Amino acid sequence: MFIINCPYCGERDQTEFSSGGEAHIVRPKQPTELSDDEWAEFLFMRKNIKGIQFERWNHSHGCRKWFNVVRDTSNDKIHAVYKMGEKPPVNK
Amino acid sequence: MTQELRINNKKFIDQTNRLSFKFNGEKLYGYKGDTLASALLANNIHLVGRSFKYHRPRGIMTCGSEEPNAIVQIGNDPSLTDPNVRATEIELYEGLEAFSQNCWPNVKFDIGGINNLLSPLLPAGFYYKTFMWPAGFWEKYEFFIRHSAGLGKSPTKPDPDIYDHKYYHCDVLVVGGGISGIMAAKLSAENNNETLLLDDKNILGGTTIYQNNDCFTIDDNHTNYWLEKEIKNIKNIKNLTIKTRTSLAAYHGYNYLLAKENITDHLNPDERKGKIRQRLWKIRAKKVIIATGSIERPLIFNNNDRPGIMLSSAIKKFIDFYGVKTGKEISLFTNNDSAYETAISLKKSGVNIVSIIDIRDESSSKIVKEVEKHNIKIYWNHTIVNTEGYRRISFIEIMQLSDDGSGVIGKKIKLKTDCLGISGGWTPMVHLFTQSGGKLKFRSDDNVFLPDKNKTPSDQISIGSCNGDFDIKDIILNSNKDVKTFLGIENSPFDNIKVESSKEEKKRNIWLLPSDKPIGKTKPFLDFQNDSTAKDVKLALREGFKSIEHVKRYTTTGMGTDQGKLSNMHALGIIAETTGTNMGELGTTTFRPPYTPLTFGAIVGRNVGEFFDHTRKTAMHNWHVQNKAQFENVGQWKRAWYYPKNGESMYDAVQRESKAARESVGILDASTLGKIDIQGTDASEFLNRVYTNAWSKLAIGKCRYGLMLNEDGMVYDDGVTTRLDQNHYIMTTTTGGAANVLSKLEDYLQTEWPELDVYLTTVTDHFSTISICGPNSKKILSKVIPDLDLSDQNFPHMSFKNSIINGIKCRVMRISFTGEHSYEINIQSNYAKHVWELCMDAGKNYNITPYGTETMHLLRAEKGFIITGQDTDGTMTPSDLQMDWIIGKKKFDFIGKRSLYRSDTIRDDRKQLVGLLTDDPKEILEEGAQIVEKLNQKPVEMLGHVTSSYFSPNLNKSIALAVMKSGKKLKGKKFFVPMENKNINVTVTDTVFFDKENKRLNA
Repeated sequence: MFIINCPYCGERDQTEFSSGGEAHIVRPKQPTELSDDEWAEFLFMRKNIKGIQFERWNHSHGCRKWFNVVRDTSNDKIHAVYKMGEKPPVNK
Repeated sequence: MTQELRINNKKFIDQTNRLSFKFNGEKLYGYKGDTLASALLANNIHLVGRSFKYHRPRGIMTCGSEEPNAIVQIGNDPSLTDPNVRATEIELYEGLEAFSQNCWPNVKFDIGGINNLLSPLLPAGFYYKTFMWPAGFWEKYEFFIRHSAGLGKSPTKPDPDIYDHKYYHCDVLVVGGGISGIMAAKLSAENNNETLLLDDKNILGGTTIYQNNDCFTIDDNHTNYWLEKEIKNIKNIKNLTIKTRTSLAAYHGYNYLLAKENITDHLNPDERKGKIRQRLWKIRAKKVIIATGSIERPLIFNNNDRPGIMLSSAIKKFIDFYGVKTGKEISLFTNNDSAYETAISLKKSGVNIVSIIDIRDESSSKIVKEVEKHNIKIYWNHTIVNTEGYRRISFIEIMQLSDDGSGVIGKKIKLKTDCLGISGGWTPMVHLFTQSGGKLKFRSDDNVFLPDKNKTPSDQISIGSCNGDFDIKDIILNSNKDVKTFLGIENSPFDNIKVESSKEEKKRNIWLLPSDKPIGKTKPFLDFQNDSTAKDVKLALREGFKSIEHVKRYTTTGMGTDQGKLSNMHALGIIAETTGTNMGELGTTTFRPPYTPLTFGAIVGRNVGEFFDHTRKTAMHNWHVQNKAQFENVGQWKRAWYYPKNGESMYDAVQRESKAARESVGILDASTLGKIDIQGTDASEFLNRVYTNAWSKLAIGKCRYGLMLNEDGMVYDDGVTTRLDQNHYIMTTTTGGAANVLSKLEDYLQTEWPELDVYLTTVTDHFSTISICGPNSKKILSKVIPDLDLSDQNFPHMSFKNSIINGIKCRVMRISFTGEHSYEINIQSNYAKHVWELCMDAGKNYNITPYGTETMHLLRAEKGFIITGQDTDGTMTPSDLQMDWIIGKKKFDFIGKRSLYRSDTIRDDRKQLVGLLTDDPKEILEEGAQIVEKLNQKPVEMLGHVTSSYFSPNLNKSIALAVMKSGKKLKGKKFFVPMENKNINVTVTDTVFFDKENKRLNA
C-alpha cells in the first residue's frame, strides 16, 4: 500500500485515493467527426505497462481533486505527482 | 500420567505453577511456560494428529510456527473453538482443552488410515485426474471429498471476542527479537530513532537465549548470559517499544506492515473476559530491519514422517528451554554441525544418545570434537534407509552411502531408537523480504536463497541468519556493521565485542537420500502436512510440469497451513536435480502474506455488526419503524419497502398500497434520491454536455427528466433536474448512483472541461423529499401549504415553487414517477419528519397511504418507466430502451453521443426493452427468467430476460418489462418463459400498460 503526495494535501495513505486509469487521454473536441475506429481508440484502448506509467488519481476521501501520477507499476515507486493540465515533469 | 521426561529447575518453566489441561479428553499436567507441545512431550505423547491425505500418524516435529503436523483444535465451545492451532505455538494455560484433527474416530485408530494402504493409488494429481469425468458427476464426488477433506472445524456460532486495530508510525521497525534483532533495536533506539521491536514468542532472545554451550561465547561467557544482560538493558531505553507475542504477518510496499498481537490467547478463559483478544498492528515504518532468523531443514529419506522424528533444533529447544526430554534413546541424523549442539545439550541432561548418523565423510570442527569426547558413536558417510514404528518410531535402518551419494552399499545396521533428530541445514526466513518485493539470490555453498541487497525495494535490511549468517560470530559482527551503515551510526557498543564459536567447514547436501529399496517402494515425505513425497514431485516432472509454481499446485507441496516452510527447499532441490537445472535459475515459489495464519477476527477488528458498514437513515426513519415498515437496503440506505398491516404478506400490502395511491393518495419517503446542487454561469452548458437532451431553453422554475450516458453510450443514471434560477439547478440522481454520478461529473469538470464555471455540491442529506401522489394529492398539499396556488396555470406538471410551511422554507416540485398527479416537497432534513406528519394528518380523511419502494416500483412499471440498474445493466442505449425521444440529435455533443452510432450500437438485433403480458393474467413472471421462442430446441436460444414483473391491482393482471433481442420488432408475437415445472406463454406488448394518454397527470 503506497503513499501518494497529493499536490493539494500532501502525503496520504493510498486508501484515501482512487485510481482513474491512464492519464493524458484527451477527450476529442469533436467526437462526431471521428470514424468508428478513431472513437474506439479513445474509448477503449488503454495501456497496461509494466514499468513507468502515467495515471490519473483522485483524492476521493480528501480534497476530491484529480491529479496525475507517474508510477512504476513494477514496484509502485512514484516518480512524480503533478496537477491536471500541467506538463509531465518527467519524459513521457 | 506423570511428567516422567521433565528436567527440573529450568529458568523458563515455572515448576511452582502446575497447570492441568486435556488432550483428546485425557487429563494431563504441565507448567507455566510450557507450550502445548512441550507439555505433551513431557507426558511422552508424540502422536498428535493424522496427515491430510494418507492419514498417517504424525507427531510434533518442530518447536515453532513452521510446525506441519501438530495442528490441533482448541476447545469445543461452538463460538470460541479455534481450529488449526499449532501445538508448538500455543502457550499452556489452566484448563486448556485440545483435540487432534483430521482423524475419526480417534487419533490412535483412524479409519482414514486406509488411505495409507491405498497410497499407491493416490499419486500426485489424483483428484484432478479421477474426479473430472464425467463432468456431471462432480456433484456426487464432491460430497465424499468434502467430507473427508479439511483440517479443523470452524466455529458454528458468532465470535464473541473483541479484536482491535492499531495504526503505528515509527522511525525503525525491528522484526525478530533474537540476538541480531536485540542488537539492532538497541543501536537504533540509542541513536534517537523511535523504534518498535516485535517478536512472536512470549520472551525475547530467539535461540541464543538458551544457548549455553562452551563452544560459543561472548566476552568469555556463554552466549545466553550475555544476551540476557542485553535484554535487561534495552527494556529501559525510552525510544524503544517492545511487543512480544506479536507476529509479523505481511510486509507491503512503502514499508507498510501488518502484525498480529496475541493479547489473551495464553490466558485461561476466565482471565480473558472483557479483554481484547488480538490486535492487528498497521505499521508504517521509515526503515525496517528484518531479523527473522532461519529454520532448520528436515532430511528427505524413506519413512521420515513417523511420530518421534523431529528437527534436531527442536529437540534442543525442548531440552534446553522447556526442560523436556523428547525420548530416552535418541538418534541424530545430520548433514551439518548443528546436530552436534543438540548432542551436547542431550548429553548434559543425561539423555542417552544411540548414535549420530552423518552423511558427510568427516568434520573436524570444535563442536564435533567436543561430541567425540563423549564417546558417542558417529556413523560418517551413512544414511537412514528406513524407519519402523507405526505410532512412534522404534527402529532406524542405516547403510553406508556410495561414493557419489546416489545409492547405498554395505550391510544394513538396525538401531533401536525412540526419537530421531534430523538436521538438513538451515533455511533463512526471507518471506518478509520477498513479500516487500525484494529479489533473492542463491548461494550454492549451502543451498540458500538470500536477500539480494541490490534488489531491495524499500528502506530495509535483513540481518542475522535470515541474511545467511549461521555462525554466531558472523551474526554479531555483520549485524553490528550492517545496522551501523543502515542507520548512519559511527560508534557502537558492540564494536569491541569478543566472540568465540565453532566454525563449520564441511558441508554435504543430498536432497533425496537413497534407500536400498527402489524409490517407487519408499515414502520420502517432503510436505508432511499435505503428504506429498519426493515421488510425487518426480511424477509431476515426468508428466511434463516444469514451472515450480505448477509442480507446487499439482502435488500440493507447500500448500498447507505451514505454507511449505519445511518442504519448499527440498522440492526445489529435487526439481533442480531431476531436470538438471541450477536452483538459482529455477527460483522459488512466491511467498505470500500472511507469514503465519491470521484470524478473521484480527483482520476485521471492530468493523463487525452495525460497524461493518455505514447505515444511512432518512429523517423519517423512526416514523417508518413506528408504522411497522419493512426495510430494504439500497446501497447504504435503509428504505421503507412496504408497510404490512395486520399481518399482511408483502404481496397483499403492495397490492393495497398500489391501489390506494391511484384511487386516493399515497405518500412516499423519497429522501434517498441523490441531490446535487449545481451553480455557476456555465451550469446550463454543463447540463447540455452531461445529459442527452437539451437544457439551454429550460425556463427558470421548470423541471426536466434527463438521461445520463457513459462515454460508451450506455445508460448510466437518470433523474429530474430543476432550474431554480438563471445559474442554479438541482439535479436528482438514483439512490444507488448518487456518489458515482457526483464523482463522474467532478471528473469531467476538473479534467476535460476546466474552463466551465460550474460548482457541484452534494445536498442529498441536507434535504428530505416527501412525495405525495394520487388524485387527492392536490387536496393534501393545499391543506399543508394553504398559501400556494396549485392551479394548473400557476403550477403545471414539471414545474417548481418556493414555498413556506410553518415558517420553514421548502421547494415543491410537481413531478411524477407514478403517472399520477403528484408533488414532491423538499425540505431541510431536520424538519422533514414534522412535515411528513402534517401531510399524514392532512390526508386522514382521504385514506392517505404510506407506500414503500416495492409499490413505487410497481406503479412506475404500470407506466413503463425504467429503473436504471433494474431494467438496464450497463449494456442498454437510450434507443434500446425505446427512449429515442430523449436524444438531442441537434446537440453538438454530450457524453456518449458519438457511441450511439457505432457499428455495435446501431445493430437492430440488440436487446431492447419491451412489455410482456402473460396469456394467463394471473400468472406472475419471475424477474430474471429467460425468454425463448422454441421449446424443443437444444441448445435453446435465449432471446432475453424479464427485468421487472408485478401483478398490477389497477389493471387486475400481471405485467412485466423485459429485454429481448430485436424487441422493437416483436410487438404482438408470442413466446415462452420456461420455468422449472412449467412453460409460461407470453405476448410482447408496448412498455406502457396504464393510462397511455397520461390523462391522470393533470387529473
